[in-house]
Amino acid sequence: MVTLLNVDDVRHVLELVKDPEIPVLSVADLGIIRRIEYAGDRLQVVITPTYSGCPATEVIETDIATMLKLHGITDFDVVTEISPAWTTDWITADGRRKLEEYGIAPPERKSKGALLGFETVTCPQCKSTDTRVVSQFGSTACKAQYKCNDCLEPFDYFKCV
Amino acid sequence: MTNQEMLFEYLLRLGDNSLILGQRLAEWCGHAPILEEDLALTNIGLDLIGQSRMLLSYAGEVEGKGRDEDRLAFHRDTQAWRNLLLLEQPNGDFAKTMARQFFFDVFQYLQYEALSSSKDERVAGIAAKSLKEITYHRRHSSDWVIRLGDGTEESHEKMQTALNELWGFVPEMFDMDAVDEAMVADGIGVDVASLRPAWDAQVNAVLAEATLKRPDVSWSVRGSRDGKHSEHLGYILAEMQFLQHAYPDAKW
Ligand SMILES: [Zn+2]
Repeated sequence: MVTLLNVDDVRHVLELVKDPEIPVLSVADLGIIRRIEYAGDRLQVVITPTYSGCPATEVIETDIATMLKLHGITDFDVVTEISPAWTTDWITADGRRKLEEYGIAPPERKSKGALLGFETVTCPQCKSTDTRVVSQFGSTACKAQYKCNDCLEPFDYFKCV
Repeated sequence: MTNQEMLFEYLLRLGDNSLILGQRLAEWCGHAPILEEDLALTNIGLDLIGQSRMLLSYAGEVEGKGRDEDRLAFHRDTQAWRNLLLLEQPNGDFAKTMARQFFFDVFQYLQYEALSSSKDERVAGIAAKSLKEITYHRRHSSDWVIRLGDGTEESHEKMQTALNELWGFVPEMFDMDAVDEAMVADGIGVDVASLRPAWDAQVNAVLAEATLKRPDVSWSVRGSRDGKHSEHLGYILAEMQFLQHAYPDAKW
């Protein structure tokens, strides 16, 4: 007799799956889990990629599958949907706090303004807003490199998209 | 050509543009003038390769002959490629790479902005997603054109030379053929010819800020829509496709 985990339980299981490149964030924190639903007895986890070329996307799919199997779920699909496009506005409040504690400045709220080039980035170390961009591209596609003009520390900024 | 064949052709053009430029940018890995640019160029390349994967996968499905993204990327010879001639041009120096990128980023932004409201939902979805990335690409290449143009005497001269050398590849971006016309008529594609004024306005503004001159060259080349390429594409494919030719269907 197989008992199905309910959707909330599945959500808790997925909390255990981390972003391979920013391991303090779960995939739920990142806001890439679009839906968790059952079609009959078969579970569907619908996710959305962050960046088109993000090499973490396939790792995340595999990690989700592994985590589900570890919790006894074998009848499932991990489905990718790209529309509507993922935005950093979907990173949860918890996710933003974890990013900052990890030393990465979380995205400034409004993705629209940021894409137009207006943004003030706060230093995750000393909270100064007197910071400057070193490069629009950092160690991964989702990050830019900044430097704080007050404490002089360099830091990563999770840029808005 | 049936509508389905035209859509396949159209998707190849989009996907091939992204893939060939992505492959060119990957050549900079480990060679860029500074570490930040090594990261930037390879990240931009990754975005482009990601776009091409979505587009070529879709192209393969539309074609319906069992070709997937890898089949299309690694098992097509030169004449079957549809990327713009501009994008297969060698990296040259950093200024030339930036000129090529700048011309294309401004174009691709306008093209994908229009494609975001394509009647083909899959095309619209890919375009809307990619547009966010292209926004950063365009900002990056515009910044460099300005920085090099309005920099030292030497950087200014190198940037101007790069623009002049690539200007003849610009008109091809705005060409329309029967496939383009059909895609516009179906509400799927973009009338790229109509994008030229907006492209000119954006490019002129950046060149003015960069104290650079809009090139004045009389030659132009085209041919990619018919599979006619410069000799450079063959070399790119030789490198990109080597592994799959030497070890067909190899996986790791
Ligand atoms: Zn600081």
